[in-house]
Amino acid sequence: MNDVLLDVTNLTVRFPAGRAGPFGPRRHVHAVDGVSFQVRRASTFGIVGQSGSGKSTVALALMRLVGISGGDVTLDGMPLSALRGDALRRARRDFQMVFQDPYASLDPRRRAGALIREPLDLLEIGSPAEREAEVLRLLSQVGLPAEAGRLFPHQFSGGQRQRLCIARALASRPRLVVCDEPVSALDVAVQAQILNLMRRLQRQLGLTYVFISHDLAVVQHLCDEVAVMYLGQVVEQAPTHRLFAAPRHPYTWSLIAAAASHGAAGQAMRRRHLTPGEPPSPIDPPPGCRFSVQCPHVTARCRTEAPHLRPAAEGHLAACHRMEELGVPDFGLAEVA
Amino acid sequence: MSGTTIPPLALSVEHLGVTLAGRDGPLPVLEDVSFGVPAGRTLALIGESGCGKSMAALALMGLLPEGLRCDTGAIRLLGEDLAVAPPARLRALRGSTLSMIFQEPMTALNPVFTVGEQIAETLRLHQGLDAAAARAGALEMLRKVEIPAAAQRLDAYPHQLSGGMRQRVMIAIALACRPRLLIADEPTTALDVTVQAQIFDLLKTLQRETGTAILLISHDLHAVADIADEVAVLYAGTCVETGPASRVLAAPEHPYTRALLACSPRLRLGAAAAGPAPDLLEVPGMVPPLGQRGPGCRFAPRCELAGADCNHPPPLRPAGAGRAAACWRVGDTTLEAVA
Repeated sequence: MNDVLLDVTNLTVRFPAGRAGPFGPRRHVHAVDGVSFQVRRASTFGIVGQSGSGKSTVALALMRLVGISGGDVTLDGMPLSALRGDALRRARRDFQMVFQDPYASLDPRRRAGALIREPLDLLEIGSPAEREAEVLRLLSQVGLPAEAGRLFPHQFSGGQRQRLCIARALASRPRLVVCDEPVSALDVAVQAQILNLMRRLQRQLGLTYVFISHDLAVVQHLCDEVAVMYLGQVVEQAPTHRLFAAPRHPYTWSLIAAAASHGAAGQAMRRRHLTPGEPPSPIDPPPGCRFSVQCPHVTARCRTEAPHLRPAAEGHLAACHRMEELGVPDFGLAEVA
Repeated sequence: MSGTTIPPLALSVEHLGVTLAGRDGPLPVLEDVSFGVPAGRTLALIGESGCGKSMAALALMGLLPEGLRCDTGAIRLLGEDLAVAPPARLRALRGSTLSMIFQEPMTALNPVFTVGEQIAETLRLHQGLDAAAARAGALEMLRKVEIPAAAQRLDAYPHQLSGGMRQRVMIAIALACRPRLLIADEPTTALDVTVQAQIFDLLKTLQRETGTAILLISHDLHAVADIADEVAVLYAGTCVETGPASRVLAAPEHPYTRALLACSPRLRLGAAAAGPAPDLLEVPGMVPPLGQRGPGCRFAPRCELAGADCNHPPPLRPAGAGRAAACWRVGDTTLEAVA
């Protein structure tokens, strides 16, 4: 059996952005531009980047919730990107999603039990009696009492609502669960409960996660492999321990520096690696390296020639012309207490 | 940087109590909360949702929502008690001596006015500047908050700016009249991490220039560690621990502070990045909702150190240099063993 569950090749998502002037050419927002990655079974693949980097659009494209403009998405040999209509709807039992905002993603007029049962009803899984039993099993799996099934969403706290969302996502026993910032809206104490729950469920059920987040510490905690996105492209991808031990892309350095520890070491890192300014518009991305506008190490070549992802080490890819020359920054002294 | 002389307090909150009018009498929201912010320093108010930190900020601004009132204690801004100040006086103070940055820069700016007009409004109202002088002042503020191409951005509408830029505009409005106290309610929660670091740097730089005292409200103790001099940790409407930020962070005294620190994952870099991450510490349960707070220590139902004596509410007691904690176990050696 193949070790890879999800195979994404050259995924591209463009949104129309009107015309440049009344008679100008049609313009597009290049939200995701040629992203490729593979996710191994029962592992967690993290995608980090700042807002506008296209990480959520990747999640929506994997879920077929936005149109894919180009590229292929294959789930265990099944070409997701090619499915249409009823075939796509039926295939959805294998891939489910947990959204960022548990307040907005539960229908306030339906009881928790009905919300969890809905995927089973829609996908016609099991008999009605089996579905009822399944709801109770799911509730206990995510750590909620059986009575919770009779309550409405507003009667739950944020953390409990996220548990409901996870139970709903797991109802059809999917193989892939795409999580878009599932803990960002939660308080730190509740966040820990949900992260531990997700890890426990992965161990118990052999789940595969694609985990989208802007929080590097959370990503490091949960993920086996991480891709760093900048303006619609992956700029670096590596096993988690390698990415945080020896990051090779200046944008990754900036992200790490921003999230680094407090105190003198963290401040020194920020002075050295935090890039000023903001990313350019995704409507007209710069011709060369997209990070060249913000990069402190930019050269003339970076502005004209786009770098491609190339191996920096075993399983470690980075897209930077000056990768060898710049080496690895010394983060050793900035270890977090 | 910390000198031996402590500057005078810009803000002093003494035994503040806020209640919510309920069917069965008033429900306590904040109880006996005391803290002070010296001029030119930053105090971070830390806690989870429902702990009352945003209510404390709104009470200071005199902006408590309907049904909530501040009925005990004093809020002294440069000696003047805001808790009893008439609305007209508060209106004059807000935006000039005392100002606030909100969490959502998207909703806090008016979408139908340019950012220049919104900064100039503060200057016209509080400093009586004419339109031209106010516009010049607005431009200067935009430059101060390091917005590139400030002269062109003066005529931009909020939707034309990114989240980070909008938060910079909010800071420009808040600091336009050089307030003595700036309240920042989760100013970077809605922003990216890289932008968050930039905004904190900016606040620090401006604070050095103006000597403004900053009251920073946050749920993440680690995130504010660099900018805050002092912290006060709130739990279920009471202050459970206060002290210098670096020391509270390095060695928290109260079990709640300890739990808050232990349950958020920390970035491990370099050699420390190897190996799988351990499971996070979980604090069972959640912050008790209003009206369901027990009579004793509020944290006792979730605390692993709770005992019979925790049925009595512990007072905030001194716990070492400049520190205080409200826990019967502080000073108890068993606490070290748990750590």
